[in-house]
Amino acid sequence: MSADLVSTLQARFPRLAPRPSGDHPAVNAPLEDVVPLLRCLRDEHGFDLLTDLTAIDWSPGASPRYTVVYHLLSTSRAGAYVRVAAPCAGTEEAPVAPSVTSLWAGADWHERECFDLMGVRFEGHPDLRRILMWDGYPYHPLRKDFPLAGIETELPAEDVAAETGTRVVAAPMAGGPFVASPGEINLTEAEPRAKDESWSDRAPQPGHTPLRLVKE
Amino acid sequence: MATDYNFPDSAARAAAAAPEAPAEFQTEKMSLAMGPSHPSTHGVLRLQLELDGETVTSADPVLGYLHRGDEKIAENMTYNQFVPYTDRLDYLAPLANNMAYAIAVERLAKLEVPARCQAIRVLTAEMARISAHLMGLGAFGLDVGAWTVLLYSLEEREKLYKLFEELTGARFTTSYTRIGGVTRDVPEGWLGRVGAFCDQFLPILEEILKLLTRNKIFMDRTVGVGVISRADALAYGLTGPNLRGSGVALDLRKDKPYSGYEQYEFDVPVGTTGDCYDRYLVRGEEMRQSVRIIRQVLARFPDGPWYAPDARRIFAPPKDKILTSMEELIQNFMLVTEGPQIPPGEVYFEAENPKGVLGFFIVSRGGGVPYRLKIRSPSFCNLSILPKACQGILISDVVALLGSMDFVMGECDR
Repeated sequence: MSADLVSTLQARFPRLAPRPSGDHPAVNAPLEDVVPLLRCLRDEHGFDLLTDLTAIDWSPGASPRYTVVYHLLSTSRAGAYVRVAAPCAGTEEAPVAPSVTSLWAGADWHERECFDLMGVRFEGHPDLRRILMWDGYPYHPLRKDFPLAGIETELPAEDVAAETGTRVVAAPMAGGPFVASPGEINLTEAEPRAKDESWSDRAPQPGHTPLRLVKE
Repeated sequence: MATDYNFPDSAARAAAAAPEAPAEFQTEKMSLAMGPSHPSTHGVLRLQLELDGETVTSADPVLGYLHRGDEKIAENMTYNQFVPYTDRLDYLAPLANNMAYAIAVERLAKLEVPARCQAIRVLTAEMARISAHLMGLGAFGLDVGAWTVLLYSLEEREKLYKLFEELTGARFTTSYTRIGGVTRDVPEGWLGRVGAFCDQFLPILEEILKLLTRNKIFMDRTVGVGVISRADALAYGLTGPNLRGSGVALDLRKDKPYSGYEQYEFDVPVGTTGDCYDRYLVRGEEMRQSVRIIRQVLARFPDGPWYAPDARRIFAPPKDKILTSMEELIQNFMLVTEGPQIPPGEVYFEAENPKGVLGFFIVSRGGGVPYRLKIRSPSFCNLSILPKACQGILISDVVALLGSMDFVMGECDR
């Protein structure tokens, strides 16, 4: 069935290429074909559920750098899946893909998530803003050039910061409890109880004089 | 005497029937942040509501309070190391998440697990489903004012947790599966205790459901409330009991069986109207069906190994062998340092979890670390319908709607 579906689709969309896949039928599509292809799959082949939408970052410098991947599921044809992949257009900093919110309302959040974490701009999305990270966060953390430890960023409460003049910095990565960067600070020192000396006899509290036994 | 009940309730009907109010009585819309710390938002969901009186005119869910970057983390550790992170997705059914992840990687590695391992996984996944639904029902009852249900259901869930603890060593975060098997075989006499649990659980389940099913207050709060049409459910990618409540009979255990689900007989309950009450009924019936599956698994529990013995570069060898034999010691060392060797390729696997369809899309370029791992979380997709479903309903019905959706933010925010 899988070869059938791919060849039927290829007859309709000549620019499709089969995508190597070990599980479900899969096609590589040019970006312009994505919306008509998905509409055709939904209306004519019974793939009525957009189950997943995501992007892959093939690391800086790769061409294409980003690929968007759609997984469709058919509720009428007992568990049939299809995978559609398309390379993003645009630049490495601002990749672009068409929005499929016109086909599935549920694509809304998927595309927002993909934009948030991967930075793919979905053209035609009604309200493309961040969903998991906060508005105003400057990075796209799932990109391969974003470090695992994160980048120190000011927290979102701009109005509070503007009013109080405080710089709000994200909670602990470097220097926080249990976190140590190599060569800087060791884990024993970063451990919270080691920082808090109040319980220990090594460093007495200011103003506190240790008991002394005075011989009369 | 027949009584004609009209829904929604009288306040909403009065509001709808009222003629255009004179200018001096007109009011402003109110903006209300419901959550992130609100008992009915089950975790850290925040709904930014706009209210006209008690009617919701727009709802904007704000997510991400529990975002931990699981997908980024997964790209930076070996396949085996990620198993404990799957516990923390839907933390009410960790055993089912463990299984979904393990099967996804096994599909990628083209690895078959033996029948006993499959049976153990089905058994634990169904027990996890019962425990998750018990929590879901209890919390739903609590949300709409039925206190007692939670007391009963938590007691039953506790019995399941005792069994989980005996099997996996942990009550909550089980990390039980391994890629290519499970961590250990079932303890002696454990299967018998699972059977005994089923026997005593069914009558109590009936009792729990009896507290709600024909309960006038519960029905008033849920029948005809939060209706999600079949078309909407499909458009928004709802899955699990929420989709089935809207009348779509999609259950991957039936439609695309994995882990040997095709051997077991069970029914897939579907709702008719897609209201909160239907979603409740579906969950109740699913627990009965889960008991049915568990009994079938117990009746023909296969013998043999509980891990794939030939998967030398993927599954860790038994501990006693590691400590006594050079070959196994080296194998274990390679697994720990380099991770299981998975061939390049892509896989997308979805499992029917208590909350809906949990999917893993894994891209491998070979080696022990996934290149890209996407988690398709059912709670995330289920909640995406909220802006639409909350439109025009009463704020008290938002509570019922949220309760009936039965979501987990750990999974939604990942």
